[in-house]
Amino acid sequence: MINEILTMNGYGLYVWSAFAFTLSSFSLLYLITRFQYVKEKNKFIAKFGTLNSERAAFAKSQSINKEILSNTSNI
Amino acid sequence: MFKYFEPNKIFSITSKAPKYVLLLFIIILSIGLSEALILSPEDYKQSHSVRIMYVHVPAAWICLGIFSVITFLSVIGYIFKIRNFFLISKSLAPSGFVFNIIALVTGSIWGKPTWGTWWAWDARITSMLILALFYIIYLMAWRIYNNNDNAFKVTSIITILGIINVPIIKYSVDWWNTLHQPSSINILSKSSIHISMLYPLLIMTAAFALFSLLIFLMKYNTELIKIKNKGLDRL
Repeated sequence: MINEILTMNGYGLYVWSAFAFTLSSFSLLYLITRFQYVKEKNKFIAKFGTLNSERAAFAKSQSINKEILSNTSNI
Repeated sequence: MFKYFEPNKIFSITSKAPKYVLLLFIIILSIGLSEALILSPEDYKQSHSVRIMYVHVPAAWICLGIFSVITFLSVIGYIFKIRNFFLISKSLAPSGFVFNIIALVTGSIWGKPTWGTWWAWDARITSMLILALFYIIYLMAWRIYNNNDNAFKVTSIITILGIINVPIIKYSVDWWNTLHQPSSINILSKSSIHISMLYPLLIMTAAFALFSLLIFLMKYNTELIKIKNKGLDRL
């Protein structure tokens, strides 16, 4: 049964390589996108930390900034 | 109506959604993979090689769909000066491009046992390759023009030129003699594909659509944070 699933009447190499290519492309795209997201978020948090209290309070009044800071472990 | 497309309103949803979409994607993909690789029957002519269809066809559908959406949003965004539509288009493009590459590569792998060749310059394959080039040019334009106003104009022109290719891809199998078979699934008329193969195909399409939604959400959030980073510099 397992052997049949793996060999697929001689087409196993083609079928499995097509699925493997698809899933590896998914993984690569996901990891790259996640890396870019985390990088930008860390940059934002670092920049936010350098603001003085008045500017930080103003920046925090914007809803998106609040969301970014509150969802630091998202995705 | 367009106020609902403001980044402030959208970000509150998009920042929370990816983890739920990822979970749903893993569930649907697991069902789809077991259907496509184990449960669905083999074809009487192509035998097990038909299973490549379950990744090749959804990838092709989604890359065409994404390019059409990108074009629509770019044109509407340019006419009504809605910058957020360009942000959405830019965030959709990477997954569209990857699906285009998947369609080309899996098509090539499928071609070897079916036609006896990895590649043929037939109308469908060549027009899909041209679409991949349009995706590359579109993504490059965003890098070159770096989000300034010229980027909106240039990317809109690229998508308008690229969309001409989409009906060519769709009807290439009817207009020319190609190695590709005519489409087996029609929305308006009866499909020639058997239901036992149609279900796995639709499940895999749903999984692929969820993956592109996931990448779109993550990319869109990244783009919004980039804008906010610039905003902090100006404070």
